[in-house]
Amino acid sequence: MKCDFCDSKATVFLTQLIEGKMKKVCLCEDCAKERGVTDPTGFSLADVLLGGTAPTAAAPLPVVPKGGSGGGRACPNCGFTLEDLRRVRRFGCSECYTTFREEVGQMVRGMHKGTVHSGKVPAGLMAKQVLDQRLEELRARLDQAILSESYEEAAGIRDEIRNLQASQQT
Amino acid sequence: MMRFSTLIKHPADWMTGGAGEHDAVLTSRIRLARNLRKHSFPGWAKREQRAAALDLMRPAVESLAPMKDAFSQELGDLSSVQKQVLVERHLISRELAARGDGSATVIERRQSFSMMLNEEDHLRMQAIRPGLQLSDAYTALSELDSELEESLEFAFDSNLGYLTTCPTNLGTGLRASAMLHLPGLVLSDQIGQVLQAVSKIGLAVRGLYGEGTESLGNLYQISNQSTLGETEETIIRRLERVIAQVATHERNAREKLLEDDPDMVADKVGRAYGILRHAHIIESKEALNLLSLLRLGGSLGFFPPESVIACDTLLLDIQPAHLQLHSGRKLGPEERDAIRAEIVRSRLQSLDSPDNRLKADGRKSSAEPNNPGDS
Repeated sequence: MKCDFCDSKATVFLTQLIEGKMKKVCLCEDCAKERGVTDPTGFSLADVLLGGTAPTAAAPLPVVPKGGSGGGRACPNCGFTLEDLRRVRRFGCSECYTTFREEVGQMVRGMHKGTVHSGKVPAGLMAKQVLDQRLEELRARLDQAILSESYEEAAGIRDEIRNLQASQQT
Repeated sequence: MMRFSTLIKHPADWMTGGAGEHDAVLTSRIRLARNLRKHSFPGWAKREQRAAALDLMRPAVESLAPMKDAFSQELGDLSSVQKQVLVERHLISRELAARGDGSATVIERRQSFSMMLNEEDHLRMQAIRPGLQLSDAYTALSELDSELEESLEFAFDSNLGYLTTCPTNLGTGLRASAMLHLPGLVLSDQIGQVLQAVSKIGLAVRGLYGEGTESLGNLYQISNQSTLGETEETIIRRLERVIAQVATHERNAREKLLEDDPDMVADKVGRAYGILRHAHIIESKEALNLLSLLRLGGSLGFFPPESVIACDTLLLDIQPAHLQLHSGRKLGPEERDAIRAEIVRSRLQSLDSPDNRLKADGRKSSAEPNNPGDS
């Protein structure tokens, strides 16, 4: 078996789970050392696979994105387009992360030690966002129920919405 | 509200935090990036959207308890020298300084906290502490963050954490860093090895002044790169562990230098003292490098311990915008070098020669001064 990075004989084999997918790398002694594979605290397979694109602490001045027409998909909240994202590697607003979810996944892989947040969660905010999401779901179901003329169900849903809204105001 | 001159007149708390264990780690800094949900990020927002975001954030930030009587100013209302002084003091970023109306900064009186509004992200908050105190700095800043949360709706996703303009800050939005003074490792040629080891475990190292790996004044900054996938505590604990190790290496290197080659150390410190005390024209680069040696001498017992603080204050005060502010007018490069030398001379006026100090201690001039770290 040959090393993935040079033609020497591979002696180090690594398998890691990245976003639920198995990735395997074969390295020779030298390449393993050079890439810090032998240091268990610092190694991330993603770094090796993607060449460890290290984000710099000091970001350059923002490039003003063009936006507007012909830029492919656009964020419904702020109008930032896929083309803007590809050019500046930055986002237009918080909702862009939903609009360009797939691209986010690709960008983030290998950039950080992980791909899922662990750490501080805003206390009050989280509850509110969960509530908002629940309300949106209920409203969609209400529309559906009215469309299909299931009025009894619709009334139930309406009550549930009222209760939720009442709890939100306190 | 606090005036600019009042803010800058006093040295920051973190500059005069005391010597002792600070000899290798000067300061610890925590930065958190936050954004408002659904508001366009500052770089993409239209003028009026940016102003609307600022109107939301500014009262919330100003009403935080530590920000009572804080310095609060829109960037457009600051002169370019004033902006540059704030950059040189590490209170705002170069990026914020490049902005004008629609961006603002709120700085706590003692300069321990500073907030940047409408920088790359809507809100970038920062806490600075003297020495190695990343955990304390984070705890203090996180409290302010939680307080702001009550009035501001921050953009947050349960998978990606705090949402930021640039995906390199996603998750915790946390950048923790420490500034280190490593003359012992540089003089003993071990710096490359140590820095390489640090960067291998995913931490970023850079010279504080100067380009690339070159560092003026033997000052280095170590910070985390990854912000997503690990808790704030994990990131900070790893950094603190690594920085403490580097500081230990530095102390050992200094001790070994003194043991192996006391004349070389005394010569370097003595020459630095001689030039700084008597120069009338000094460039920034030379001043930084000599102050670094003087600082080393201070922590090795060639000078009284307060001299370390004097060096740290001078490191900031001899930068170009600080000189300009000091003299109250625009300066050419030659004038700057002359004023720089004047400030250094006057600050070091009462600093006694290392030879006198060693004699007074009843030791020969080539004798070993105090051990580092026992101050």
